[in-house]
Amino acid sequence: MTSEIRPKVSRKIKTEDVEKAWQLRLYVAGQTPKSLTAFANLKRICEEHLEGKYRIEVIDLMVNPQLAKGDQILALPTLVRKLPNPVRKIIGDLSNTERVLVGLDIKPLD
Amino acid sequence: MAKLKKPKRAAAELLQKCPTGIKGLDEITGGGLPKGRPTLVCGGTGCGKTLLAMEFLVRGATEFGEPGVFMSFEEKSEELSQNFASLGFDLNDLEARKKLALDYVHVDRSEIEETGAYDLEGLFIRLGYAIDSIGAKRVALDTIETLFSGFADEVILRAELRRLFGFLKDKGVSAVITGEQGEGTLTRFGLEEYVADCVIFLNHKVTEQIATRRLRIVKYRGSAHGTNEYPFMIDEQGFSVMPISSIGLDHAASTERVSTGIPRLDTMLGEKGYFKGSSVLVTGTAGTGKSSMAAHFVDAACRRGERCLYFAFEESRNQIIRNMRSIGIDLEQWVNKGLLEFRNSRPTLYGLEMHLVTMHKAIEGFQPSIVVVDPISNLVAAASDMEVKSMLSRLIDYLKMKGITAFCTDLTSVGGSLERTDVGISSLVDTWISLQIIEGSGERNRGLYVLKSRGMAHSNQVREYCITDTGAQLQDVYIGTGGVLTGAGRVAQEAREAVEILERGQEIERKQRDIERKKALIEAQIAALRVGFEAEKDDLERIIAREKLHQEALAEETRVMARFRKSDDLPAPQGNIIKAGKRGDR
Repeated sequence: MTSEIRPKVSRKIKTEDVEKAWQLRLYVAGQTPKSLTAFANLKRICEEHLEGKYRIEVIDLMVNPQLAKGDQILALPTLVRKLPNPVRKIIGDLSNTERVLVGLDIKPLD
Repeated sequence: MAKLKKPKRAAAELLQKCPTGIKGLDEITGGGLPKGRPTLVCGGTGCGKTLLAMEFLVRGATEFGEPGVFMSFEEKSEELSQNFASLGFDLNDLEARKKLALDYVHVDRSEIEETGAYDLEGLFIRLGYAIDSIGAKRVALDTIETLFSGFADEVILRAELRRLFGFLKDKGVSAVITGEQGEGTLTRFGLEEYVADCVIFLNHKVTEQIATRRLRIVKYRGSAHGTNEYPFMIDEQGFSVMPISSIGLDHAASTERVSTGIPRLDTMLGEKGYFKGSSVLVTGTAGTGKSSMAAHFVDAACRRGERCLYFAFEESRNQIIRNMRSIGIDLEQWVNKGLLEFRNSRPTLYGLEMHLVTMHKAIEGFQPSIVVVDPISNLVAAASDMEVKSMLSRLIDYLKMKGITAFCTDLTSVGGSLERTDVGISSLVDTWISLQIIEGSGERNRGLYVLKSRGMAHSNQVREYCITDTGAQLQDVYIGTGGVLTGAGRVAQEAREAVEILERGQEIERKQRDIERKKALIEAQIAALRVGFEAEKDDLERIIAREKLHQEALAEETRVMARFRKSDDLPAPQGNIIKAGKRGDR
């Protein structure tokens, strides 16, 4: 699957060997305040809790609308946890960190 | 969202319509759904919302060249394809030809964690993409209310729905949105609030265990529309609405006549039979031969090469064929030739409206020139009298409009008034024939009356209706001082009359012979008298001659004597004597 990387938030690949541990895909529609907030929040949470074990793919549906069907995207922004299984979906601008962690099933760092 | 402005606001003065291609729906909406606007289709579970939406798209794609997007929130695309394959809609094929786009939107609350502000732009993008990818002109959303179960924040959802309908309008697509009926509201989540242009309500009502589907246009902004509840049906050809009650009384009246199949009945109906395209009602109690009369009519029509459609609500096809064979009518040959078609169903199989709709469809499909409904009274089992009457009046109006001759039989209850049918449709029919049982002298016989027959001089007489091995026949009944005689009574009376006639004939003959005899006698007497007279006349003439001779001799003697005595000549006396003698003869 092709991914569209917007220049501002270039693809983050941390530590190639554990790349497969967390694959996150963020669906947005253009550079709206909501999508920017969502990306910033996601990045922050990942850095805090999944350092070096994650990969974020940002898909802009304005550019690739055909990709919305595959992951059953309705609401935007939507974050899809492709890996680890099972697939999980959370919507919103990810401003509620606690819910994001619950949604992604990430145990907060001790 | 590239091609936003489509030429859709052009018709400011008149609302443009988008034909649905669904039988009947275009008639009651005056041409279709509002073009470029959303239409809400609401109703309870299983009332046909999805089907209506899908048929709108499929017909649009196949018949009007308008591709469509079906966005399903309930059924998966594969399920939809399977379900609609049974209706003859090949969704996969349409999809492959880019006439149709199916998009299944999966909404599952458990999979969605809300973590902050969001909107439904994803849905818009998907819809917009689907529309643009095939150039869709039509959209169906089935059932968008599922979103309410998927998202917790109703405020966002409502705002997004409002935006969605605006988006659809901006796209210029004609959309059908389905919604589940709620308690006391049209839709459970008040979708009607957003879709204000056209609302269609589907209803699936069960009365006395019989279900009838009905459709009603609740509102149609900017357009006149039928306001009634219209029955509709779903069958292997899809959705069809029957706007039958909208038919007026402006059908053409034919002067052509069709034979009843019973020669003497034709004679009773002004020598020629029924009017083509008229409605004929035959009423009678059980066993009076109503179906036989229908069979005669059908047989005669098929013989002329006309097509007949026979709706039987009492007997099966084979039973009718067998029974009619016993009176010498072979209906099977017409079935085999494709001129006759039977539609047999139990009245309680489905609601009255469904019957009507089924009959409509059958008539549209078969294009008959004669329709037989045998019997209409059985339909009462499916609904109340009032409903039956309204249904039949619509059926008859419809048949008249099509110029089809309707032949209905009606079973009247024993003891009921003659001038009354159980379903009270007598005022609707043109020709009304009543078959009655006439009881008397230990027999039940059938009598036939023509109660009325509009527009023709019909017989006012009662006929005896006999069902024989070679078909139904009409006989004169005996009407005399002893009352109406039928059956054996009539036969006996006829025999008596024959004897009387014979006797009277013999009497006349005898009298004539008397005259002859008397004449001969008199002539003989005359001859005898003449003979006697001739004889007497001869005698008399002989005497006269002798007397003459004697007289002449006497005169001669006198003359001789006188000459001898030298006396004067005496005048000859002989002339006087002869004259006197002649006078006496005559």
